[in-house]
Amino acid sequence: MLAEALVAQNIAFGIIAAVMIVGAFRVVTSDNVVHAALWLVCVLAGAAAQYLLVYAEFVAITQILVYVGAVMVLFLFGVMLTRARIGSESNLNNKNWALGIPVALALFAAMAIALVGGFKDEYLPGPSKAIRIDTQSISDAIFKPYLLPFWALSFVLLVAVIGAIVLARKD
Amino acid sequence: MLINQFLLLGAALFCIGVYGVIARKNAVMVLMSIELILNAVNLNLLAFALRNGSPDGHVFALYVIAIAAAEVGVGLGLVLLIFRNKRTIALDELSEMKG
Repeated sequence: MLAEALVAQNIAFGIIAAVMIVGAFRVVTSDNVVHAALWLVCVLAGAAAQYLLVYAEFVAITQILVYVGAVMVLFLFGVMLTRARIGSESNLNNKNWALGIPVALALFAAMAIALVGGFKDEYLPGPSKAIRIDTQSISDAIFKPYLLPFWALSFVLLVAVIGAIVLARKD
Repeated sequence: MLINQFLLLGAALFCIGVYGVIARKNAVMVLMSIELILNAVNLNLLAFALRNGSPDGHVFALYVIAIAAAEVGVGLGLVLLIFRNKRTIALDELSEMKG
């Protein structure tokens, strides 16, 4: 299959992917909770940019609104309300934190072998051949075949709102 | 663009998130690592949506985002409650349920 070259997209992917990987490493290795939250913003914004590269504009905008707009504010509030001081802290890791390294590496090796073996060098459809998913077809899919999960999701959000109020209330 | 670019990036983010869940002691940091994992899944869903030319991946990515928002709300509510009762959110000190 002859693929379109897409040099600009590949360069953009590489730069954004590097930023995301570095940001993710800083999230799990930083000794300052606020810095970790701000690095998480980098990763989430990079993910939104990657969504634009796979022509998922609506999901990218939703990602920016929900994650960068709402979830990060919640995280910063959580950090603020549960910590006396803002600054670096030495004991953010478990005693046996090093156990995570072999687990993560083994998991990545297993997934990489499966993905490279399974999809080899299959190309995504380029701009001329890709079927663009516009917001109308997303809403058609949500409100026709996926209506029941949508209702369940609405219920989950309602339960989450009530549950958060009940948990956080002082009485 | 290769489809494996996106899938391997998702795999890397997932593994970093798993490492964070295992290694971190602070409950808020564990929630941040879970966000990394959920984003890795979303990246895979959208890459496959482009590959298959179907809106299903977009729909499920939106559902995952909504579930993640609900999870963070309830999770931080729990963390605040634990902090109010115990004055700590270090996960290794919460061992009341250990037999």
